Amino acid sequence: MSCNTKPASAVGLCRLAATVMLSVGLFGSPAHAQKARATKNAKSAQPAEFAGELDVMHVKGNVYLIGAAGGGAHSVFQIGPDGVVVVDTQTPATSAKLIAAIRKVTPEPIRIILNTSSLPDHTGGNVPVTKVGKFIGDRGEINVASIKGHEGVLNRMSGVLGTTTSPEEAWPTDVYYTGTMDLHMNGEPVILIHHPAAATDGDSVVFFRGSDVVVAGEIFTPDSYPVIKPEERGGSLQGTIDALNRIIDLAVPVMNAQGGTLVVPAYGAIADEYSVVIYRDMLTIVRDRIADLVKRGMTLDQVKAARPTLDYDGIYGTAPRGWTTNQFVEAVYRELSATVDKSSPDHATASP
Amino acid sequence: MQRRIAGGLLALALIAGPASAELDLTGAWGQKMHEDRLDRGGGPDIGDFTALPINDAALLRAQTWDANKWSVPEHQCAPHPADYGPHGPAHIRIWTTTDPNSFKVVAYHIMLGWMNPVRTIWLDGRPHPSPNAPHTWEGFSTGVWDGDTLVVKTTHLKEGWIRRNGIPRSANGKLTEFLIRHDNVLTWVSAVEDPVYLTEPYVRSWNWVLAPGLWINPYTCAARVEVERPQGFVAHWLPPGMNPMLKEFSDKTGFPTQVTNGGANQLYPEYQLELKKLLPAQLPQWGEPASPF
Repeated sequence: MSCNTKPASAVGLCRLAATVMLSVGLFGSPAHAQKARATKNAKSAQPAEFAGELDVMHVKGNVYLIGAAGGGAHSVFQIGPDGVVVVDTQTPATSAKLIAAIRKVTPEPIRIILNTSSLPDHTGGNVPVTKVGKFIGDRGEINVASIKGHEGVLNRMSGVLGTTTSPEEAWPTDVYYTGTMDLHMNGEPVILIHHPAAATDGDSVVFFRGSDVVVAGEIFTPDSYPVIKPEERGGSLQGTIDALNRIIDLAVPVMNAQGGTLVVPAYGAIADEYSVVIYRDMLTIVRDRIADLVKRGMTLDQVKAARPTLDYDGIYGTAPRGWTTNQFVEAVYRELSATVDKSSPDHATASP
Repeated sequence: MQRRIAGGLLALALIAGPASAELDLTGAWGQKMHEDRLDRGGGPDIGDFTALPINDAALLRAQTWDANKWSVPEHQCAPHPADYGPHGPAHIRIWTTTDPNSFKVVAYHIMLGWMNPVRTIWLDGRPHPSPNAPHTWEGFSTGVWDGDTLVVKTTHLKEGWIRRNGIPRSANGKLTEFLIRHDNVLTWVSAVEDPVYLTEPYVRSWNWVLAPGLWINPYTCAARVEVERPQGFVAHWLPPGMNPMLKEFSDKTGFPTQVTNGGANQLYPEYQLELKKLLPAQLPQWGEPASPF
């Protein structure tokens, strides 16, 4: 359902209708719709404007990076004659500078915002960015950009799931619930690929197929262990590993396992396939180690004492955003305790 | 007479090269393998971590490491990273990019024979890029001449290794190198620092001899599935340390584990006294079969 194809005056009603329909459709309970209505007018506190300079760099093809700042994750924008596509909008603290940074590169209007997840460091700037945008729908140009994402983003931001209080104007108005959403902007396919239960329950990887750039969002955080909070976000370690494997499938290096497809993480350096492989390998090894300890019947305290992440803590355990190694190990332990077959007698295994 | 001297000095000034002691490093260079030949040619033994200033985290990575890694398609075409490349088998070719007006050297480029990675060393004073810029096998290098030595600083390295039996070097690692030319011999000194896996800088040096006409073949690598495995297969030993080959080096040399596990203390001469106390009275003869299988 796309609300941006309607006149601006009807967009609000359309959004509300979409939310109610979605809520009722999902749960068949008017209580969820009431919850959504109750949260729609919530106001977020206005943080101080980010004082530093944004790190803007050309990634490849039509795609540019605006480095993580002001409490927000990396933002990406694609330019061309059709207008600007922004992937993730950081936070209100950087919105003015983010918009100015885009303006320095192109005068074309912002048409579309894509959210890789509902997390506030990815969607926090949706309102100010959409307000300067101009989407063209089937009734002409309207004075907002279209916000698109997986329906899991709408569920979380609208309060249908969880306890978020995002303002209604920040919600995606064009969502998908299948595996992919296809767009074509600025001469190239732009494909949103959903990964269930990865970092959240609404993750999209955005693939700019002509520019050969993948925006991984929160699925790929090479400066930190992944944040796994299934109760709050719906994600999982295994879903994250599966999503990383999908990104590795998409990416093609040029030579020497380097270059070619570039992958933009939520935070940290722009990657290529091999840099994603390094992160995937780490998560897989840690998963296997903790699964082995769970199979041995170890308690959480025993697993922590075994330090299954010791060799990676210097890289991923510095908690740049407060997510500690202990929290990560606890989350993985809980997930694997519920899924690992403890009846298997084989503990020690070598690579096949 | 004075006019002649002045004229001579002027002529010398006109034909002289750069004012500093910059040397020309360009050309093809043949590698001399007289140092660490076994380690650089066939490669180190699995479990030989001697003389490396590593910490427990590095040791755990190495005890988890599985050579099966190189059969996984996404790993097959990985070259050696910049800090290991000169240590591996590799003739090199060096060329420059020059400013079209001043003819000053803007950058040196060094291509290694194995896998043909090309490093670029910028000499034009440009800053290193943002932390968000990609990390590569070669990293981002800048150089300055210190007398007749080219001093190179490298950041933005992709995670790599300092010994090709599983001892890692993180992407936080930084590299300082010194390229010194003595006549037709090029000496390359490398010091890698890594706050994650090294307790002290790890210093190595290598030599090449100028070899005009030496041809470096193109090196193409195409990743292929060699062993059918589930998607996302990651080669590693579980639990760490279960790899029976980890003992081979210890069995072969008679070195106890506390020696084969390395450590910064092994870099210093006084360690020889300590080592004498740690070794058994009778060491096995090299070449004795020591397979744990």
